Amino acid sequence: MAFTVQAEIKKNVLLLRMQGELDHHATEKIREELLNLMEEHDITHLVLNLEELEFMDSSGLGLMLGRYKHLQKKNGSMIICAISEPVKRLFEMSGLFRIMIIESSEDQALMRLGVA
Amino acid sequence: MNNEAVFKFRSISENEAFARMVVASFIAPYDPTIGELTDLKTVVSEAVTNAIIHGYDGKNDQWVYMTLLMEENVLTIEVRDEGIGMSDIEEAMQPLYTTKPEMERSGMGFTIMEHFMDAVEVTSVSTQGTTIRMSKHLASVQAECH
Ligand SMILES: Nc1ncnc2c1ncn2[C@@H]1O[C@H](COP(=O)(O)OP(=O)(O)OP(=O)(O)O)[C@@H](O)[C@H]1O
Ligand SMILES: [Mg+2]
Repeated sequence: MAFTVQAEIKKNVLLLRMQGELDHHATEKIREELLNLMEEHDITHLVLNLEELEFMDSSGLGLMLGRYKHLQKKNGSMIICAISEPVKRLFEMSGLFRIMIIESSEDQALMRLGVA
Repeated sequence: MNNEAVFKFRSISENEAFARMVVASFIAPYDPTIGELTDLKTVVSEAVTNAIIHGYDGKNDQWVYMTLLMEENVLTIEVRDEGIGMSDIEEAMQPLYTTKPEMERSGMGFTIMEHFMDAVEVTSVSTQGTTIRMSKHLASVQAECH
């Protein structure tokens, strides 16, 4: 299934709901748009809702790690919610699990950032 | 039931999804578990992506070759390119090692392949190309009675 993403902005928080398969093809298609969106709206926190993400490989890890490093410089944070078992395994393997904030739901994540 | 299939496809990023579908379809008759399916799609995605972005450096008019072999309970996947090759395979396979950090690669592809498969074998010749051969014993495949 192709990759789609829905974006919502709440103050300085960008919420992304990802659907389908996040691979090299998909990351190449969305990276620039994502960077522009974050720049334009002066985003400091990113919330990724992975509930409907059906597949991800190292390209997705690279995209997330890239945004994480970028937000770190702005003292921002990145919260991942509704993570599936397979994606969780990739996170563990790459060390992302230790550096990202994991929440069970989108509401929890938004509450944590005070924009629920 | 033993089976074998051979494919060749262009080095375009759309074919990463195609290759994942191919492996999923190939093993469908063996009733794989969801976990096995995900693992196999992931390793194929890693190997094909590497062929396209590293082997062919993004050139989209080259060929990527994939062979799938099911023999007894073991699935062997071979992905081959005729691209730039690697001079130091051992170094390339280290976790977090990448030659394309500017493309936001994380250097996790080989680590993922080694994690999800029972064996991963890499042969590569500089300027000639790279072959990844990996195999996995599928628990879900019933051994045939004779
Ligand atoms: N088919 C190939 N041809 C030439 N070099 C390759 C090939 N596959 C891998 N490499 C080399 O091995 C390195 C490590 O590969 P690996 O898949 O582990 O990480 P990556 O592709 O750089 O990052 P990631 O897979 O996390 O996106 C690559 O950076 C590249 O230098
Ligand atoms: Mg790779």
